[in-house]
Amino acid sequence: MNAAAESVERRTDYRLPLHRRRKLVNAIALSLSLGAMAFGLFWLIWILYETVVLGVGGLSWSLFVESTPPPNVEGGGLANAIFGSAVMVTLATLLGTPIGIFAGIYLAEYGQRGWLGHVTRFINDILLSAPSIVIGLFIYAVIVAQTRQFSGYAGILALALIVIPVVIRTTENMLRLIPNSLREATYALGTPKWIVIRSVTLRAARAGVVTGVLLALARIAGETAPLLFTALSNQFFSMDLSQPMANLPVTIFKFALSPFANWQQLAWAGVFLITLGVLILNIMARVLFRKKD
Amino acid sequence: MAATLPASAELEARAMNREEPPPRRRFSPIGDLVFAGLARGAAILTLVLLAGIIFSLLIGAWPSIRQYGLRFLWTAEWDPVQERFGGLVMIYGTLVTSIIALLIAVPVSFGIALFLTELSPRWLKRPLGTAIELLAAIPSIVYGMWGLLVFAPILSRYVQLPLQKASAGVPLLGALFSGAPVGIGILSAGIILAIMIIPFIAAVMRDVFEVTPPMLKESAYGLGATTWEVVWKVVLPYTKAGVVGGIMLGLGRALGETMAVTFVIGNMNQLNSLSLFEAANSITSTLANEFAEATTGIHQASLIYLGLVLFLITSIVLAFSEFLLMHLRKAEGTKT
Repeated sequence: MNAAAESVERRTDYRLPLHRRRKLVNAIALSLSLGAMAFGLFWLIWILYETVVLGVGGLSWSLFVESTPPPNVEGGGLANAIFGSAVMVTLATLLGTPIGIFAGIYLAEYGQRGWLGHVTRFINDILLSAPSIVIGLFIYAVIVAQTRQFSGYAGILALALIVIPVVIRTTENMLRLIPNSLREATYALGTPKWIVIRSVTLRAARAGVVTGVLLALARIAGETAPLLFTALSNQFFSMDLSQPMANLPVTIFKFALSPFANWQQLAWAGVFLITLGVLILNIMARVLFRKKD
Repeated sequence: MAATLPASAELEARAMNREEPPPRRRFSPIGDLVFAGLARGAAILTLVLLAGIIFSLLIGAWPSIRQYGLRFLWTAEWDPVQERFGGLVMIYGTLVTSIIALLIAVPVSFGIALFLTELSPRWLKRPLGTAIELLAAIPSIVYGMWGLLVFAPILSRYVQLPLQKASAGVPLLGALFSGAPVGIGILSAGIILAIMIIPFIAAVMRDVFEVTPPMLKESAYGLGATTWEVVWKVVLPYTKAGVVGGIMLGLGRALGETMAVTFVIGNMNQLNSLSLFEAANSITSTLANEFAEATTGIHQASLIYLGLVLFLITSIVLAFSEFLLMHLRKAEGTKT
């Protein structure tokens, strides 16, 4: 009895250092994990804080009604850039969304098994993460080099090419969440496939699809690289899409790298506007999708 | 049988009495054909796009490909004035900044995924996960401007100067940390890329950690394993393919990132030291800076050649990532 208890004690004694070490390793690892989380949040907060602090100073009414000024001249705003961005982003979304939705429908409803479905899904994932500057090069080669003219149209096409894969991915994923019984019930009524998709599955997945469009919108609102050699930029207010078109990201790029104080101030104001817009779109998308859950 | 089912008997009787079936509403097949055609056409369009991108880049780069061939990849000279072009400096810049980004981002993302799946209280999971995802939503131009005007001065003063002082005279480290500590260059580009790809890698890791069967984890916990041991020895081996896929996805992003890098890398076309503080150039930053102003045909063709190289590298990396993630989905049996 006594001997047995002693041996148990000796055994725990023998295990104790190992146990302690395992607990220590665990504690260190978990604190590092907490640290990693804090590290991630730290950057988010720092960037947002600087954007707000440096950007709010440049906000004024003239920002929205006056065009970009020459260097070192008081006043001026970003009206032409804001307008150009709004036009190009809207048209690119209008152009890219239907194509994306149709291709998403194909992947989810028609091509689950065939080779075209598999290949398209794979290619789409590559396009989704393709460097956006390469998209700009592509549009430059196909449109700008042929027409010998930087233009708003080229910018719209470049942005639309970024919208398409985002919308395809979300549309497909959302359609796949719709239970098959819903489709079968509608087929049982004798409904043709396209009406099933239009009035039942697509409608049931509406919130998710809209989420995808909003995310695409948020993505292209801040895209700079594909506009550098397509829409270029424009110092003046222009509504002509066949001419170079001012836009916020490229204007910010130009102004931020300039040595002029008034340009830099405008760049910060622009950064603030873009960040605010993109974050609002993202949060809207999340809220919308969550309600559907 | 019929006697026990009066309802069906009645139906049968009614059917026999009826002379003509009610007129059936027929849908024309055109709607279906058109709709299916549109969907298929949109899918084919994405294939055409990819082919079009590769094809147009090849055509655009052709004069340069013909003149320099594959030598372009390891020639360091980039001289628009004398029209001599080689892409080594930019390829080096792209690869080194991306590697620095991975070195920082992978452990941090792993920590974040571990925190979100195992440590975080339930009510915090969602807001914290969203916050990390928002890092990915911030446009890269914002990272760029913040990096140049806010981050670089701080990096120079509080990190680079002390590092340089501490490592002076030490053989390898001294070389890595030599050069002007001005805050812009390879190191700051790598750090900013790391911040930008953390959300992508962390999101994939979190998702694959979450699909680890609870039974596996609980068995390990039942044997007395600590949280760390469960994650390191059970969850991680199980999700290995997915984790590597996520890392590749992040790498693809880092390689192709343009604006943030253009702001902070310093834009210097030379390669004369190992220093991480030295200003350099990446493929994307060279394109962003020089393409619109490239006047001669061969200069432009060489830039497009660089773009083609970038596109091929990122496509291979992403295809590899897709392959791994697909493999994982298949293994877990939820592939639909």
